[in-house]
Amino acid sequence: MDLLRFSTAGSVDDGKSTLIGRLLFDSKGVFDDQLQAVARSTVNRSAGPIDLSLLTDGLRAEREQGITIDVAYRYFHTPSRKFIIADTPGHEQYTRNMATGASTADLAIVLVDARYGVLTQSRRHTFIAALLGIRHLVVAVNKMDLVDWRQARFEQIVSDYLAFSDQLGLEAPTFIPLSALLGDNVVEPSAHMPWYRGPLLLHHLETVEVTGFEASAPLRFPVQLVIRPDLDFRGFAGQLAAGQVQVGDEVVCLPAGTRSKVARIATYDGDLQAAAAPASVTVLLEDEIDVSRGDMLVHPEQLPMIVRELDAKLVWMDGQPLDLARPYLVRHTSRSVRGRVAKLAHRIDVNTLEHIATDTLNLNEIAQVRLNLAQPLYVDAYADCRATGSFVLIDPLTNATVAAGMVDRHQSPQPHVHTDFRRLDRAGRAALHGHRALAIALEGPPELSARVAAELEIRLLQRGIQALRVDAAFAHPLTVATAAPLGEVAASLIERLIEAGHVVISDLPRLAEAGRLTPADLVRVSMSEGGSADLHIDAGELSAAAVVTRVLTWLSDAGLFAGSAMLGRGAGI
Amino acid sequence: MQVSAVQRQHIPVAALSHLQALEAESIHIMREVAASFERSALLFSGGKDSIVMLRLAEKAFRPGKFPFPLVHIDTEHNFAEVIDFRDRRAAELGEKLIVRSVEDSLRQGRIVERAGQDNSRNRMQITTLLDTIAEHRFQAVFGGARRDEEKARAKERIFSFRDPHGTWDPKNQRPELWNLYNGRIHDGEHIRVFPISNWTELDIWHYIDQEKLEIPNIYYAHRRPVVVRSGMLVPVSHLLQPAPGEVVEERTVRFRTVGDMTCTACIASEAADAKAIIDETAVARVTERGATRVDDQVSEASMEDRKRQGYF
Repeated sequence: MDLLRFSTAGSVDDGKSTLIGRLLFDSKGVFDDQLQAVARSTVNRSAGPIDLSLLTDGLRAEREQGITIDVAYRYFHTPSRKFIIADTPGHEQYTRNMATGASTADLAIVLVDARYGVLTQSRRHTFIAALLGIRHLVVAVNKMDLVDWRQARFEQIVSDYLAFSDQLGLEAPTFIPLSALLGDNVVEPSAHMPWYRGPLLLHHLETVEVTGFEASAPLRFPVQLVIRPDLDFRGFAGQLAAGQVQVGDEVVCLPAGTRSKVARIATYDGDLQAAAAPASVTVLLEDEIDVSRGDMLVHPEQLPMIVRELDAKLVWMDGQPLDLARPYLVRHTSRSVRGRVAKLAHRIDVNTLEHIATDTLNLNEIAQVRLNLAQPLYVDAYADCRATGSFVLIDPLTNATVAAGMVDRHQSPQPHVHTDFRRLDRAGRAALHGHRALAIALEGPPELSARVAAELEIRLLQRGIQALRVDAAFAHPLTVATAAPLGEVAASLIERLIEAGHVVISDLPRLAEAGRLTPADLVRVSMSEGGSADLHIDAGELSAAAVVTRVLTWLSDAGLFAGSAMLGRGAGI
Repeated sequence: MQVSAVQRQHIPVAALSHLQALEAESIHIMREVAASFERSALLFSGGKDSIVMLRLAEKAFRPGKFPFPLVHIDTEHNFAEVIDFRDRRAAELGEKLIVRSVEDSLRQGRIVERAGQDNSRNRMQITTLLDTIAEHRFQAVFGGARRDEEKARAKERIFSFRDPHGTWDPKNQRPELWNLYNGRIHDGEHIRVFPISNWTELDIWHYIDQEKLEIPNIYYAHRRPVVVRSGMLVPVSHLLQPAPGEVVEERTVRFRTVGDMTCTACIASEAADAKAIIDETAVARVTERGATRVDDQVSEASMEDRKRQGYF
């Protein structure tokens, strides 16, 4: 048995709730006590002996107003499939709820009232379904009983609808004439419409092909968290967003660009040789490379787009309009970066598809925008991969989710960002990381130096700098393997890490004297008296944290991370 | 998306079954919480839904420890079998269990017991739960609620925001799209997280069967003295004595939920294992809550009222 998620959109009077009630009722998805509750309901409606719509109208406020005000999820199953329905309102002010319901759906049912034909709201529902990337659209032409079951009326609606939907580049919708109230063509064929030879609604839902799409796409594995119970196990836990991963695969970790091979795919039920989206697994790599939440493992020959400037469509979902001057949090897979809407190209009228010039964006409006991101995101076009093509904007002050975004296939050229790791030189990495590579050598009392090094690494990482501390423990495996002196090994490691674009922090003694690093790549910070250094700090009674603040301020003032948006903004380091 | 000329050789991987897809979604949700919050907790009552949650947590975090303690808000109206099971399961897993009691809240005068036959402790749990959240400064609390249980739950987000009073505002929920959950909160606020929102009662039983999960034995058919009250089989215990005119009879029954002894009814059943229950559930004509929760029938909106106040 597999799973189909579908959404329904329709207006108050289209009979949407009745249709869902009918699906639940006829597939035996309604329990007796639910029917009794409906029968007990004090709301007086005139839809006949039993009003199936009351099965789905959940909250009291809705029962009072007679409209569905939010997304409600319903469940039923048949012998072949389990279904999750996202039941969304069609009323004008609730576009955001329709988008929410459609975001996880494989299929959408758009309801059209046979008496009124293709109305503005039918077009709006279709547009939002297309925008949210729904591949299978069912147009349920409801209330056929009220137009005397006439074939001509149905065909007119099909023709009107296609005239609109063809503009959206949608795959051919499935049109079904039915009566949700009486049950015709929902589960059982209609005795009233012998002229209709297409599928019945439930049968169509049971048989439409929906699986396998994510699994055949390029690998996208956003790391959710690192599981490291002991030194023998360091696993990267996450849910495959797309594609398939196998033991032995070479993978690239974004954004660092470091490579390794998949050593194990661990699950509670034992290791796997391969796993495909949407499985949740834990990946272990052959090498000890730096991987953390927000990183993404991909195959080297199938990289996503790496963007700092992001072209996308936005659905605004908050009562407060978009503020072009403010930064928002961009939440994409397991990664959050700051960003602002740098360009508002135009608004798209959901009813006419017209492009309208605008300087802001209000609740339920949809627009073409360009975001400027403080850190890169690794994205695919929403049309190719929902999981890596979608994002939400969060207001960092109110914490409200204010917008949903869909990544465009065509991205404008990226300023200074290399997207090809096969030919990524040092300058390219600097552009990608948003800062230059650097070695910071700390000299001073060993205990203080160690504390400062550890703190500095964290503070830099928190600000999006690719920082790494190289100490004796880090270099130890190589000193054992090569039998070379620690200083020699560390200098060599640092040299390589700088080539890879990192900011390396080291409190190893006499590093500067090793002479392997070019002075331009080296900042010497001294916490003791005398000697030569780029920066002298009289540590005295200062705490390690205070020393670190001095170092960060000096680095920032020296313009060493000028390319870094986080530091460049003067983010209070 | 850039597609290379090199075709990768794929080992065939079977598409996920509906149960595997639900499991993968739930694991993703749990890991999001672990990665996003410093202090979270998992509500574990010893009931079947929370037993499934523990297995999902094992799948999400092993070989590591759970990044959160288990918490039980004890009404002290629980079935002894369930409490024994709760303690044993937590010990087997080697995870920390925090128990806070409604009795303590009563003694402290934080809540007052209502008199009467439908004297349920469900409402009283709210205060104890919110006090426990405040005590430990939990930012996220996992609950095992499912959207198929009740109409108000059907509309609740997976990451469900609670203000500093623990209140849920159904008209002002954060939009929740794709699998992008917004867990950002200010001090004093928290998020209730429902990883098995999309599971049905039948899914739970299939999972218990598939995973061979042990559950308290009162979920399976057993002999028990009951009275028939409002058409339901109500278990007789030291907390619930027959009212005048009610006749105590011994019947073969099982529980579909194992909450407060004073307001949890059982159903006539011969089902002695998960498979037999699946067969029964597949043809059941009454929802789980409708069959067994005396308090939900008081008014059509009673669950919605409790949820607004901070109930799970």
